[in-house]
Amino acid sequence: MTQRLPARLLTASATLLLLTASVPADAAAPAELISAIKSVDKKGKGNRAAREAVAELSGSEPAVLLPLLAAFRNANPLATNYLRSAAETIVDRSIAAKKKLPRKRLEAFITDRKNDPQARRLAFEIVERVDDTVVDRLIPGMLTDPNPVFRRQAVARLLDLAGRLQKENQQDLARSLYKRTLQGATDDDQVKTIAKLLRKMGEKVDLPRHFGFLTNWHIVGPFDNTGSKGFNVAYPPEKQVDLKAKLKGKLGAATWKSYKTTNDFGIVDIAKQISPYKGAVMYCTTVFESKTPRSIQFRLGTPNAWKLWVNDRQVFANEEYHRGMKLDQYSVPVTLRAGSNTILLKICQNEQDQDWAQRYQFQVRTCDVSGIAVLSADRSAALFPSKETRP
Amino acid sequence: MTTLRSATRRVPPPALSLVLAAALVTGLAGADWRQFRGNDSSSVAPGEKPPLAWGDTENIAWKIPLSGRGLSGPIIVGDRVYLTSSDGFDQDRLLVECYDVKTGVRRWRRTFQATGRTQCHSKMANATPTPASDGKRIFAFYSSNDLVCLDLDGNLQWYRGLTHDYPNASNSLGMASSPVVIGDTVIVQVESQSESFATGLDVATGTTRWHRKQHRFDNWSSPIALTGKDPAKSLVLLQNMVGLTALDARTGREAWQYDQPASRTPSSVVANGTVYIPSNGLTVVRPSGTDKKTPEIAWKNNRFSSGTPSPLVYRGKVFTMSGPIVKCGDASTGKLLWQLRLKGAFTSSPVAANGHLYYFGETGATYVVDVTGAKGKIVAENAMGATILCTPAIADNAVFVRSNGHLWKISK
Repeated sequence: MTQRLPARLLTASATLLLLTASVPADAAAPAELISAIKSVDKKGKGNRAAREAVAELSGSEPAVLLPLLAAFRNANPLATNYLRSAAETIVDRSIAAKKKLPRKRLEAFITDRKNDPQARRLAFEIVERVDDTVVDRLIPGMLTDPNPVFRRQAVARLLDLAGRLQKENQQDLARSLYKRTLQGATDDDQVKTIAKLLRKMGEKVDLPRHFGFLTNWHIVGPFDNTGSKGFNVAYPPEKQVDLKAKLKGKLGAATWKSYKTTNDFGIVDIAKQISPYKGAVMYCTTVFESKTPRSIQFRLGTPNAWKLWVNDRQVFANEEYHRGMKLDQYSVPVTLRAGSNTILLKICQNEQDQDWAQRYQFQVRTCDVSGIAVLSADRSAALFPSKETRP
Repeated sequence: MTTLRSATRRVPPPALSLVLAAALVTGLAGADWRQFRGNDSSSVAPGEKPPLAWGDTENIAWKIPLSGRGLSGPIIVGDRVYLTSSDGFDQDRLLVECYDVKTGVRRWRRTFQATGRTQCHSKMANATPTPASDGKRIFAFYSSNDLVCLDLDGNLQWYRGLTHDYPNASNSLGMASSPVVIGDTVIVQVESQSESFATGLDVATGTTRWHRKQHRFDNWSSPIALTGKDPAKSLVLLQNMVGLTALDARTGREAWQYDQPASRTPSSVVANGTVYIPSNGLTVVRPSGTDKKTPEIAWKNNRFSSGTPSPLVYRGKVFTMSGPIVKCGDASTGKLLWQLRLKGAFTSSPVAANGHLYYFGETGATYVVDVTGAKGKIVAENAMGATILCTPAIADNAVFVRSNGHLWKISK
């Protein structure tokens, strides 16, 4: 196997050895095999070497699980699936051969939040196969975990507990627990459930802040999208965002106007709040303040075609109309610079006349890779706005 | 090896070498059910005799709980059942599972993390396409356009993230087209409003043999094979809203095109070298001997429209379903012979064995229709007690079917 690997992989393996330096000595890290896997890339590049590496690794002793899991860090999503498969095969074979898994070290790997979130979850599932107490032991401490699957489990348990407290008429305890639970909730079903319960108890909950929705926009339009051709027409806002400019739109002069949405889910409803335009392009802009340069995700939901620019750079575009709208429908990785970041969204409506094709709306939120809100530095509202109920 | 055992189980020795030769060329064997609607995408299981009636305690060989969701059907290779599912709040955890045909005991499970968008209509799941097999490998495909190749023992052979490669190739309603294996090429059709293509990949390495841009509109129908006298020159048929295109399966070179709009959900079916296309009702074409680029139209009949279930050709008759209405026609002429009303909505395509068609409804009601007589006759109505959306498999004189919660083997 080593003979077949190109020299650059061997160089990469040295890096990997450093990465896995914390792995105990008995786990002889088959670094070059892992490097071969991490070299797999788009369009099938490196598939053959990766498959051979997985085949060799799959026959390894259970101790190799640790370097395999450590290798998730900085691996592309294709490579992590190869690593995952090798790990699962090792576990299957080890269990069948009644070999002991390195349970304590796996558990230490799970609880170290610096490790890759997906690798930690895989380690958890491995331990769970041989020790079902791991759920009760670890999940309660995972309410704010970087892995949303762990958080979801922790939220579910706390919700259940708070519900029981409420039934036992311990309202204050239940209220406090619901508030705590909301901190870890990012899946909309859980968030909706908690917000509904808290509001029923008289609490105010700022859901746009919780999710990190962008709620203050300047919007201009409509520009022409007859025959859906406007999607690829660069109207003036794509060249320069000048909020004082008087632009030539589809229906005459068009100027930027300020809009604020108070919708719980940050929905800006162009059809209802502005006009149910057809064959139209609208541009929406806002500013996001970041204290430091950082990587975040813009998550967008819309039934309309769209393009997104951050600081004048187009970060994604999707020309799909009326195929549903959902929270976090699209996730776009973005690198912010320190200071003001200009966001520009082009949102297009086509001319379909069916009842189900009339929505013209969007929602945008900013969050980390796990879905926890990342707020603009100038956002000040509290999650629980009323002073007396602040936790 | 499993495949050979499967093939030898029913084939007498003198015929074995022929079967093996055919299996090597086409990647298919008789007793298995290796992809969506069976080995040749016909939905027909020759020689199989699954039960007509079943219930909670009658003719259920086994019923096992599933942890993931899926509209994908099970496939059968030798003595194993392979099934895909997806779970997690975002349906981003991909499962490939292998079960023992006889006992239902799970032999292995592999999990993967989706690399593409997982959003689907609430009725669908990320695991909507049915997996395919060439008898040596499993090709598990998902709405997120993750294509996983495993050997029969669950060892990863290669992994492609087609939305990772082409980030606009996705549909917010979900993708459903199932892969097809033709010779040593696995072909997938990925068509959406924002980006569309079909691609043929080397079964052994997952590298791209050909890539063809397709019309940008969403499409859920599945590619099928048209195999002539020379299996090495087999065609793949790609159906969508602009028609049906025949390509050389190995090179992607266009052979001919039928240029009338076709349905985007039910898939065409091939019988005796003739293609039954859900287009203008049903349009039946065969490759022309004179005009190589345009197929010859044998007949068309707008009374044979299809809803979601695909048409089926069996024993000289063609069957379509729209709403709860089954229509039966003469497969050679298109003459309507009879129609029959079932109850409820149907997503699952029917499957055929031993003179009967099996219809699995969304309400969990299943209808077994005897199609050997002058009129179709419902001979059994069985309750599954769960929504069934997948197209079942028939093998080992049994029907294999899944819901979001369970996988059943229905047999005596």
